[in-house]
Amino acid sequence: MKIHEYQAKEILRKYGVAVPDGEMAISIEEADTAAKQLFSAGNAVVVVKAQIHAGGRGKGGGVKLAKTLEEAAAASKAILGMQLVTHQTGPAGQKVQRLLVEAGSAIDRELYLGLVLDRASGKVVFMASQAGGMEIEEVAHDTPEKIYKEYVDPAIGFQAYQARKLAFKLGLQPAQIGEAVRFMMGLYKAFIETDSTLMEINPFITTKDGKLAALDCKINFDDNAMFRHKDLKELRDISEEDPLEVEASKYALNYIKLDGNIACMVNGAGLAMATMDIIQYAGGSAANFLDVGGGANQEQIENAFGILLSDKNVKAIFINIFGGILRVDVLATAVVAAAKKLNVQLPIILRLEGTNVEEGRKIIAESGLKVQIGATMKEAADLAVAAAKG
Amino acid sequence: MAVLVGKETRLIVQGITGREGTFHAKGCDEYAKQFGNTLVVGGVTPGKGGTTHEGWPVFNTVEEAVAATGANATVIFVPPPAAADGILEATAAGVPLIVCITEGIPVLDMVKVWEVVKDSKSRLIGPNCPGVISPGKAKIGIMPGRIHKEGSVGIVSKSGTLTYEAVYQLTQRGIGQSTAIGIGGDPIIGTTHIDALRLLNDDPDTEAIIMIGEIGGSAEEAAAEFIKQHVKKPVVGFIAGQTAPPGRRMGHAGAIISGGEGTAESKMAAMSAAGIHVVKSPAEIGDAMAGLLGR
Repeated sequence: MKIHEYQAKEILRKYGVAVPDGEMAISIEEADTAAKQLFSAGNAVVVVKAQIHAGGRGKGGGVKLAKTLEEAAAASKAILGMQLVTHQTGPAGQKVQRLLVEAGSAIDRELYLGLVLDRASGKVVFMASQAGGMEIEEVAHDTPEKIYKEYVDPAIGFQAYQARKLAFKLGLQPAQIGEAVRFMMGLYKAFIETDSTLMEINPFITTKDGKLAALDCKINFDDNAMFRHKDLKELRDISEEDPLEVEASKYALNYIKLDGNIACMVNGAGLAMATMDIIQYAGGSAANFLDVGGGANQEQIENAFGILLSDKNVKAIFINIFGGILRVDVLATAVVAAAKKLNVQLPIILRLEGTNVEEGRKIIAESGLKVQIGATMKEAADLAVAAAKG
Repeated sequence: MAVLVGKETRLIVQGITGREGTFHAKGCDEYAKQFGNTLVVGGVTPGKGGTTHEGWPVFNTVEEAVAATGANATVIFVPPPAAADGILEATAAGVPLIVCITEGIPVLDMVKVWEVVKDSKSRLIGPNCPGVISPGKAKIGIMPGRIHKEGSVGIVSKSGTLTYEAVYQLTQRGIGQSTAIGIGGDPIIGTTHIDALRLLNDDPDTEAIIMIGEIGGSAEEAAAEFIKQHVKKPVVGFIAGQTAPPGRRMGHAGAIISGGEGTAESKMAAMSAAGIHVVKSPAEIGDAMAGLLGR
């Protein structure tokens, strides 16, 4: 689960991690009030930042500096409501519905701090780099030696000496080390206690007067751990997500919208991915990833059809089911009932395999539905691609 | 001979009185019985110790269950909030083989679990996996036994349904399987591709191997390197998620391309370079294996 920068910074504040003063605003008026407060508190510069769930906001024009109230108002007007396009949003961009208005910092150095799960070692790794303010993936790819890492022993947690090592490698001044250690220990505590899978401070800055602060912050939570974090769950902003994905999540359907025109309904995540692959291999493109799970019943198939049919790009529906524990005849009955109930008019291509497949095919054949059956996954993919082309 | 599970396996089921636990305990036991093997010897549900469930004795703790039944394997059907604890309990009881089916365990729980399990005598399969089957002998898990056929192709896979797919394609072509190991789709798993490949490579009854991976992490690249250096048996490979967009989690918690790592392209290139016969389409797995075996 992703959250906004302003939400992430609020979490950091709770853990004693220094972040610039600021307020979230959803209107020009709120933004003005926040800017006024910051100027009257003695800040020379105020920063207006678009709040969307994507990186690269600065380059896309979603971050502006202001030295006067008028400039701040102009910045808020320009950013709030804009369609912000970054390398992570796709060409359509994301509409800006929230702003973070915050105190400007007199930046001396831009550094990087990150906490992430390292799959190979099965440990949390704390990363630091002097190459802050850049795309850390590029730094990792081009100059991996510029990223310093400390692996965390899960039994004892992140230790002060590890924070000190990283702080010295970042080239911080002796007078800053103590504060840096407290900063990093706070970050680690926040990471663990919020069940995060990613926490990035980029840039982690030193100011001209020697202070440290998190100028930006990105946090992703572990969806699997949200059952023990009711408070964090409320930070979800569904306006940042695809409406069909939000709808699908209500039914516990694992759905991801894509750009193609062949809708997919599959059981199992691996087979669902492989179905997208085979569609492309056959010359088409998938409209979505959809795993209906191993226990799909008629209601769940109906829900799934409902989602797939709401995508206006869809020209054909490819159902690829491998009946294991879930018997094919049971599934075929559910598909027929759901398709009839929802009066599905688009071409349906079925590929059924596994337990009780003969009975399943018979149910489809006798249903009166205009359904094409592919004998193999490849044949079904070819049929789906042909149907989508019309 | 097969690996991990066979006629000598004695299994307890953690969460045996739950719906899933009951259903699959029966499924596993019936499968083994077809071949004259005893499999399930009991189960664990805290608070129900001393009772029987479907004819099996139920114990309060894994330790008691092992002491009373002599079990050498356990399968976990405990819900996600308690599953990590279940794995740790089985590890503490010294169970040699722990298969965790549960999907949705918080990854920081698994970080702690792995720290303990990696230095223990137990082997963990999963979590978030279909389990392990040695066709014609026994199965521990949720896979449909009847699509399998006893034989000599070993399978290791992150994905459940794709494993079934590969198995079915083989069975339809008259090619049997030695052991199919579903290692699971989570970011932290007890048995990796390399661990499973090592077992299958050392198994005299396994003649060839199918390796199925998916986007996310770099375990497949590491496995390719292992195959290059150690595996002489023919290997067919497939990677799911060739068309998956970066930054999106594709169903499995571990199936995500992030920071430029974990792409299907990188995995397929590493596997091809290691001499693995990589197929682009999941429909070609069976034919590719038939070709390599000359059947």
